[in-house]
Amino acid sequence: MNLHLPSAPHTHAPDSVPRIMGLVLLAVAPTALYGLILFGWPALNLLLVTVLACLICEAACLSIAGRPVKPSLWDGSALLTGVLLAVSLPPWAPWWIGVLGGFFAIVISKQVFGGIGQNLFNPAMLARVALLVSFPVEMTTWIHPHPLFSSAAPGLLDSLAITFSGISDVDGVSGATILGHVRTQLGMNQTLGQILPEHYQSGIAALGWTGGSIGETAEWLALGGGVWLLWRRVITWQIPVAMIATVAVLAGGFHLLNPDRFADPGLHLLSGGLMLGAFFFATDPVTSPTTPIGQLVFGAGCGALVYIIRTWGGYPEGVAFAIVLMNAATPLIDHYIRPRIYGRTWGGQSRPVKRPPAGSGEAP
Amino acid sequence: MNQYRGIFTEGLWGNNVVFTQMLALCPLMAVTTTATNGLGMGLATTGVLLASNMLIAGCRNFITPDVRIPVFVLLIASLVTLADMAINAWLHELYKVLGLFIPLIVVNCAVLGRAEAFASKQPVQAAAVDGLAMGLGYTLALILIGGCREILGSATLFAHASLLLGDSFAFLETTLIPQYKGFLLMLLPPGGFLVLGFLLAGKRALERRAQQRKTRLAMNPNPAAGQTAAL
Repeated sequence: MNLHLPSAPHTHAPDSVPRIMGLVLLAVAPTALYGLILFGWPALNLLLVTVLACLICEAACLSIAGRPVKPSLWDGSALLTGVLLAVSLPPWAPWWIGVLGGFFAIVISKQVFGGIGQNLFNPAMLARVALLVSFPVEMTTWIHPHPLFSSAAPGLLDSLAITFSGISDVDGVSGATILGHVRTQLGMNQTLGQILPEHYQSGIAALGWTGGSIGETAEWLALGGGVWLLWRRVITWQIPVAMIATVAVLAGGFHLLNPDRFADPGLHLLSGGLMLGAFFFATDPVTSPTTPIGQLVFGAGCGALVYIIRTWGGYPEGVAFAIVLMNAATPLIDHYIRPRIYGRTWGGQSRPVKRPPAGSGEAP
Repeated sequence: MNQYRGIFTEGLWGNNVVFTQMLALCPLMAVTTTATNGLGMGLATTGVLLASNMLIAGCRNFITPDVRIPVFVLLIASLVTLADMAINAWLHELYKVLGLFIPLIVVNCAVLGRAEAFASKQPVQAAAVDGLAMGLGYTLALILIGGCREILGSATLFAHASLLLGDSFAFLETTLIPQYKGFLLMLLPPGGFLVLGFLLAGKRALERRAQQRKTRLAMNPNPAAGQTAAL
């Protein structure tokens, strides 16, 4: 028997796919639960439909491709994609939004490219972008908070009707998000000073008591989940810090230039899906650069695109577009920003060998 | 005759312009938002392809290899201009629908591709059959992709077909779901790429299955005889 031992270094890899997926699920759970409580049963229906669609699509694709279904289905990746997609959807969206989104996320943006680890784009974000482009009305119906067990909240049966046959009184229960409201009013030549006092009470919005996607309203919960992921070393700090800092710097700079036209950094950081995107979507290890410097560039690019799209683009919110666009740029970043080869300088020459001090008795 | 049948099936399926050669994708993405547009573009391309193949096969003995590409381009461009003017003069209603597509045929690499790969080396009859088959294969692909995008994007099929083909073809126009809200992505460029990708995968799967059946038969034409031989 030939027990050939390959040369060092030996690394142990305790990180398996199911473990990482489980940790990310745990980290996103508080945000998702808060969203479910804030928006009631219809949000839960949508979450279940989306996750189920993702799992069914994953199983179908794996069996068509002739690969073992069980291990890949139960590694949690499709489950996580479903949950992440659902928390980025409007809470009372109809069931077919979840089904189509799950199909897009799993079949078109993941399995077509070869399954887990092969995708070019973050599956959940690409599905969200596809849905937003295709169904602008359903994807921008932002429900006012209808917390679970409050008098305004729909019951279990009503929630089934909302998810499976539509909202009966859309205008009565929904409104614009803060970013959307700011954008519309700015378009009507109002200044931010006129727009914001009536709409934006920083404390309440920061706590998440506002309309939005299921998981994007409570920025502090998303931030907490992200910091926990950092602490567990599931993600690294470069992408989220670069992304959030870029948005903050850009927003701060433009706000100083013209406070009537450009919203302050606090509004940009505490509304929309910035925290969720920065910690849970941009940090996807498959679709982000491998080197720390590349990750800084990637994060800064995401942040800049978010600010540009929010301020001058066609949509009030641009986190999903920014992340998908930078996903497309990831191979380019990885091509130009490469790690230094061990034992060589950045230019590729071998590093000078440190000679042992003379007379140490070592044979040459 | 048998040889022509081979050329014909190659053009229609085995060596299809879109699904096998992956040529002419630019006009394909641009016009296939409905099956009707695909049909119009396909028929116009078929006409040009047939004429250019015959013309080039007829002139092939007078064209030296060094200048063949410029000559092909000149011939094809003249044909497309002729077709453009002729349709504008005699079929003006059709021209208003197809107007944009006709000059696009000049940039269709399938036309130049067939001139270079087939017509410049073959007699006129074979080149004519090839041009017709390639054109019909292209038309088929355009209608398939246009139909898929139209059904998914707006739940209709052959909308406005009567504008293209005359009122007698109005029966082709179908609305599948009356209250359909529309699936915009399918009508935008990504839809074209998605549908093309899935149809390509489908054709590959069909061909692989046929190939497997063929090898199984070739390996083991008569199971009983094989066993005796092994013993």
